[in-house]
Amino acid sequence: MWDYTKSVMDHFSNPRNVGKIENANGVGEVGSLACGDALKLYLKIDPATGKIEEARFQTFGCASAIASASALTEMVKGMSLEEAEKITNDDIARFLGGLPEQKMHCSVMGREALEAAIANFKGEKIEEHQDAQVICKCFWVDEHKLREVITENKLKTVEEVTHYTKAGGGCGGCVPDIKRILDDINGKAAESSPAAKPQMTNLQRIKLVTTTIETKIAPMLRQDGGDIELVDIDGFEVFVKLRGACAGCPGARATLQNIVQETLRREVDEAITITEVTK
Amino acid sequence: MTDIRQVYLDNNATCKVSPGVVEAMLPFFGELYGNPSSMHSFGGKVAEHVTQARERVAALLNVSPEEIVFTSCGTESDNHAIRGTLEANPDKKHIVTTKVEHPAVLNVFRFLAKRKGYHVTELGVNKKGDLNLDELRAALTPDTVLLSVMAANNETGTMFPIDEIGAIAREKGVIFHTDAVQAVGKIPLDLKKLPVDLLALSGHKLHTPKGIGALYIRKGTRISPFMIGGHQEHNRRAGTENVPYIIGLGKACEEAMNSIFEENNRVRKLRDKLETGLMSQISHAYINGNPQWRLPNTTNIGFEFIEGEAILLHLSAAGIAASSGSACTSGSLEPSHVLMAMEVPFTYAHGSVRFSLSKFTTEEEIDYTIKTVPPVIQKLRDMSPFYDPNK
Repeated sequence: MWDYTKSVMDHFSNPRNVGKIENANGVGEVGSLACGDALKLYLKIDPATGKIEEARFQTFGCASAIASASALTEMVKGMSLEEAEKITNDDIARFLGGLPEQKMHCSVMGREALEAAIANFKGEKIEEHQDAQVICKCFWVDEHKLREVITENKLKTVEEVTHYTKAGGGCGGCVPDIKRILDDINGKAAESSPAAKPQMTNLQRIKLVTTTIETKIAPMLRQDGGDIELVDIDGFEVFVKLRGACAGCPGARATLQNIVQETLRREVDEAITITEVTK
Repeated sequence: MTDIRQVYLDNNATCKVSPGVVEAMLPFFGELYGNPSSMHSFGGKVAEHVTQARERVAALLNVSPEEIVFTSCGTESDNHAIRGTLEANPDKKHIVTTKVEHPAVLNVFRFLAKRKGYHVTELGVNKKGDLNLDELRAALTPDTVLLSVMAANNETGTMFPIDEIGAIAREKGVIFHTDAVQAVGKIPLDLKKLPVDLLALSGHKLHTPKGIGALYIRKGTRISPFMIGGHQEHNRRAGTENVPYIIGLGKACEEAMNSIFEENNRVRKLRDKLETGLMSQISHAYINGNPQWRLPNTTNIGFEFIEGEAILLHLSAAGIAASSGSACTSGSLEPSHVLMAMEVPFTYAHGSVRFSLSKFTTEEEIDYTIKTVPPVIQKLRDMSPFYDPNK
């Protein structure tokens, strides 16, 4: 069983401010059923003073998700928007006397819902960061969010990033990308900077694709019970068979294809495309 | 209704220790301390009891006592069966299992794929958790050495037709191991008739304390020892026997012989009463697994729009112990591999709860559970953004 604090158990067993506010003027919604937790935050803000008069929530999630949402509503009630905007996920966790490391993403979800609700009140479009690349396709976490959470919480390892954002906790295909972002933020130069690759002959390219699949991609997939078989190479088009790994994970196939393609593009040539052969 | 404080419905995780088993074990923590291998009366007396225990385990499976090897747990039995078989049959490199096995099998197969160069096939299941036997047959090639398929699933209780599966394996010349940890004692298993080469069982699922298991090895099966040392267990598992626990397992198997009928009648009826009681009161609830072909003690129900850990903690506060395939209970971020393999929709995969009964479960406990669960589900749904009471 998780080692929850008394405060977490109290907010879980007797959550404060559950439900909707019918005339809410700031609503923020994050998460989804597929991801395993979701939070909808309702705020009633006095437009004249900018004070949060009322806060309520609906949540789908585990005990710490419920407790984090309950805590958040208690924290923001009576605050000005400026004060509320300064709340971090760590503040929510500390309000509860701490959360298990693996459950920190619940507090991050609270902070995100608050951000979204305030943006909704201000009439701002919630920043979609449409230009930001989605890194974790199992839990749909983009690079912008990763960078924000890593910086704010001074995260150092992939495991920590997974605990705070869930990214990397599904099929694990994005772990190399998370490492890259961590290295980037924490000041380490990326180990293999993509130096200009010399022009390759067809034969050299075929060889490099083969060894990359054998030595880099296949071992990664096998860790999760999957596998890859190289079927054919036609110029820059690589035909593969994919097996196993994260069945049921939303977008799992796309993720798999993406891992393979990204790795080959990085290691061999930007122009590589992957085609999956099913039969 | 009396005030019930503890209702244990997590028997697929572990069971209450049977008082009869403890009683049988006690002398072996005291005056009967001899080493069964010794050539004197201290050892001889103990050896007699070990022999009797082995006979009792063998009787439950209808096999010869020499075909039973005592181990430390179900996981050791599975590891022994799989790795011992491969070591003794080194020429073939393909092994087959299912996606819904217990980690004691699945993670061994994945280790063998990753570290030992084995080619592994993991067979999928349909939405009810059933295997496709044509697919299974097609998966067995001349290079296949071992097939490992569980007898019954620990999460859903779904049973696999190990008679048909074993027959296919035999026809193809493939060694067949079954992880029967959940099935032994709950359904009759007659290995004189079932074409099974290796079978793993665990004591604590049969009401012994934790720390004992057994592996059935059909006479003539090529398998290497798991532990090397002394001559114990016919040289198949070295190490001085864990006598008190072996005696306990013998007693538990004897008790199981007598309770199998009860499991399939009284316990089954209680399980059905619980299931019907919950399903009739709670909307948006679904049974995971194959209700027609299932262990008599298990029900796994998915409650839509809510999350399993929250359900379990509320139930625990009410004194009811159950378990969940939800991501949050395990520390992983995805629902159980069994529910994922069955493609259980996310709307209720995260809200799936397993209730598993035993011969010690009473009707009063089931009545209390039927009364206690619905308000918990409702309380959580009332705060869920996905639940619409009008739908």
